[in-house]
Amino acid sequence: MRIKKARNQIIPAIIFLLPGFALLVVFFLGPLLYSFRISFFDWNFVHPERSVFVGFNNYITQLKSQIFQRAVLNTAVYTVITVTVKMVLGFAIAVILNQSLRGRTFFRVAYYLPVITSWVIVSLLFTYMFSGMGGLVNYFLKDVLHAISKNIMWLADDILALVPVVLVDIWKGVGWATVIFLAGLQGIPTELLEAAQVDGANRWQRLMRIMLPMMRGTLVFLLVVLVLGGLNAYVPFQLITRGAPQDMTHSILTLMYRATFSRMDFGNGAAISYLLTIFVFVLSLVQLKLLRKPAGE
Amino acid sequence: MKKSRLTMRILSYFILLLGLGVVAVPIWYMVSTAFKPQTMVFELPPQIWPNPSTLDNFVKALTTDRFGLYFWNSLKVTLATTTLTVLVSSMLAYAFARLKFPGKEILFYILLLGMMVPPVMLIIPQFIVAHKLDLYNNLWGLVLVYVTMNISMQTFLLRGVFEDVPRDLEEAAMIDGGSPFTIFTKIVLPLSGPGLAVVVINSFLYSWEEYTWANVNIGDSINRTLPIGIALFQSEHLTEWGQVFAASLIALIPVVLVFILFQRYFVQGISTTGIKG
Repeated sequence: MRIKKARNQIIPAIIFLLPGFALLVVFFLGPLLYSFRISFFDWNFVHPERSVFVGFNNYITQLKSQIFQRAVLNTAVYTVITVTVKMVLGFAIAVILNQSLRGRTFFRVAYYLPVITSWVIVSLLFTYMFSGMGGLVNYFLKDVLHAISKNIMWLADDILALVPVVLVDIWKGVGWATVIFLAGLQGIPTELLEAAQVDGANRWQRLMRIMLPMMRGTLVFLLVVLVLGGLNAYVPFQLITRGAPQDMTHSILTLMYRATFSRMDFGNGAAISYLLTIFVFVLSLVQLKLLRKPAGE
Repeated sequence: MKKSRLTMRILSYFILLLGLGVVAVPIWYMVSTAFKPQTMVFELPPQIWPNPSTLDNFVKALTTDRFGLYFWNSLKVTLATTTLTVLVSSMLAYAFARLKFPGKEILFYILLLGMMVPPVMLIIPQFIVAHKLDLYNNLWGLVLVYVTMNISMQTFLLRGVFEDVPRDLEEAAMIDGGSPFTIFTKIVLPLSGPGLAVVVINSFLYSWEEYTWANVNIGDSINRTLPIGIALFQSEHLTEWGQVFAASLIALIPVVLVFILFQRYFVQGISTTGIKG
């Protein structure tokens, strides 16, 4: 009876799985392996059979290229700053919103608005606000705060150009971190916090000794997802800096895009994407290890 | 004791209002610019509300600049993607939650791989595949890739939802001779409304705002979706910000509608994914 039942389910299982796995094979697994192959060739897009095998050359070219190194640095700085700020601000706001405050639903919805606004729109919006002439940010810094004496050409400088890119990510992302932290905070039993309060623990102690340790799962989840998102940054770089000046403000992926579709150099593009993947993979392992519960806890 | 509580409360509101200001200023600037005539786009100091204000940007965006067409393309792509994502991922999720078959674990790991690989690294080979399958410059090329990039996460989410459907109901149906298909359509799906709503929201928002793949796969202007239309318009008309933001506001209408209609599921969907991770 049991065996019969199990066998009966194979055919329905195939029917239920087929559409999804057909898509995965054609548009995910196939491309994943194909891209690996391309990365070892001087790829000819029009006549793939004329592609020349070059071994690790594409990888070596990239690792040696100053533009690639700069893109890695940009991406790393962007990731570290945005992830840190989003986690700290998101946590602080979540703790505030977790109290019984009047209007907390309103604030929660308001803080979530930037999250649902599309990347393309907010990237253009920040480009506009950071315009060198007549931009809102320069106006505020120069004419309201008197912090600068003349307009800053944000997008003409290879370091300052990263400011709007970083700020747009923070502006758009804090609301999401807040909501995740709120979900985590609501998982902490209130009795526990009240008991600690009765025992004389102050706010800071309750935060460090109870809330943070109890939210380890949420912290790991956020850290992993945000770091992954940061390393994959594409739209804000592509629309705000466009790599200018002199290809010094690329993220890893805008550089990949340029190698591939502006220069039709698919081999180097694929090598860049695999270098990023290897890096992401190693980093994820390190992160998970670092954040794993210390033994004996 | 009471006094420190009051101070905390005031401090809380102060921080919240400060944050609200930071959130609101760019949004206000976008909305007011959409109503500015071109001559006022870089006028400083900025006015709270442009005077004179105009609807020209909206009229032009919808008529001369074909944003109406791009809106329609985006709508088609988004509706098709959302429908297919719900269908395909609920089928997958049902198989993984309830059916017995060999290789289940390995297949599930392969599915999860889709959540770990950065999507942009697949763009080159996906572009080649789309060319081979005649999907280049075709809205179906967008839909199929969007569904693929979405199903891992959404299946993972729905599997958890389906596992919470009480088994007694299914067993009763099974004893009455119900096949897995009847159980799936008559019991599991109707009982999973909120979970399915979360999948609808996720895939709707994803496909409505997706830029990277659409930018690669769409060549002809008649097939552009809104995000590409808006970005290209800006790069071609560098200073016509009024029209850029008029088009952006039009693009945000469906998002805000979905947000208002599904507000309570938003938080639910986020906390499910959050806690599961």
